[in-house]
Amino acid sequence: MKTIKVSIVTPDGPVYESDVEMVSTKATSGDLGISPGHMPLVAPLEITSVRLKKDGKTEFVAVSGGFLEVRPDQVTILAQSAELASDIDVERAVKAKERAEQRMKDHHAEHTDFRRAELALQRAINRLAVSERRM
Amino acid sequence: MASLREIKTRINSTKKTSQITKAMEMTSAAKWNRAVVNAKAFVPYMNKIQEVTASIAIGSGGVNHPMLTHRPVKKTGYIVMTSDSGLAGAFNSNVLRRVSQTIKERHKSNDEFAIIAIGRVARDFFAKREMNVILETIGIPAQPNFADIQDITRATVGMFADGTFDELYIYYSHYLSAISQEVLEKKLLPLSDLTASDKLISYTFEPSAEEILEVLLPQYAESLIYGALLDSKASEHAARMTAMRNATDNAKELINHYTLVFNRARQAAITQEITEIVGGAAALE
Repeated sequence: MKTIKVSIVTPDGPVYESDVEMVSTKATSGDLGISPGHMPLVAPLEITSVRLKKDGKTEFVAVSGGFLEVRPDQVTILAQSAELASDIDVERAVKAKERAEQRMKDHHAEHTDFRRAELALQRAINRLAVSERRM
Repeated sequence: MASLREIKTRINSTKKTSQITKAMEMTSAAKWNRAVVNAKAFVPYMNKIQEVTASIAIGSGGVNHPMLTHRPVKKTGYIVMTSDSGLAGAFNSNVLRRVSQTIKERHKSNDEFAIIAIGRVARDFFAKREMNVILETIGIPAQPNFADIQDITRATVGMFADGTFDELYIYYSHYLSAISQEVLEKKLLPLSDLTASDKLISYTFEPSAEEILEVLLPQYAESLIYGALLDSKASEHAARMTAMRNATDNAKELINHYTLVFNRARQAAITQEITEIVGGAAALE
């Protein structure tokens, strides 16, 4: 089967690098699936999971603040943070979720802290979902 | 000449100091190693984001974005990066000297510039001189994550966007090697040094080039600041390591010197005692 090279890089270092059969994820404009031979594309990603299909297995990576860049020979995902499903600190994500929920209760919806807490909550939920591989 | 006891005390205290500087040298060496690794880990991300940003900004031609356009400068922002603690040789003073000279040359009044101080030394320096510090952050860990400084990078880029200042410079110590670092001045905003690499790829933009730049450019600017921070951390630990090694060497030299003085003084005391005894015995005969 044809494969395409995928690398996921963050400011704290590369997270994933391998040849896969298909990449699927969610961009701001909708779900995306990239197979080898896709046309060059740039799209911002939601706080979401990236699914990497390889040898019949699927790997999950949680990303936030990311971009997808597709070139003829390579897919690159630039993200402010990214973790493999197996590397996610579940306990920390649960705590972050509780903290964010608490903060959202404390602030009004117009407050900037509210928006921040909302994003933090999204990230925490995303991490938890990816760690359970149920996306 | 100082008494024997005084010399002995001095030798002991110098020894203790040298133990401390030796320990500091070793911790700095460990931190320096990791800082260099961190800085290396960041390179792929930086290269990639630069590549993508450049190819979008240049490739899509007539895209206008506030972060790419020069506007008349009413106020200039300066990001100054130093360490939180001293004892790093000339590391901090080099940066601060360069910044204050530049500001003195370029600006006549305090209203023409704003300072974003990263690190306790920079904050104290500018606060003491009552220069306009609008943002400050201290207590950045020795191995910072991107998340650790995201608050300040986001706020800084936001200030450029809302017109608090019209251009932004960054000053930090660039790591060359373990024994040499140089102070760099870089113009961060508006972004100007976007040069396309080898070949331009014509991308499809989803949803549109403008909307992607809207998200990508702030992220790019934030990454530049983060990159400078990693660079500055590597320099800091290298500078501290070198400074502490020099201090340890100097202490050793001092100890050798004092030991010599001590031995000489002891010998003199013994000789004097013998002379006194011999003199006393001669007087009895």
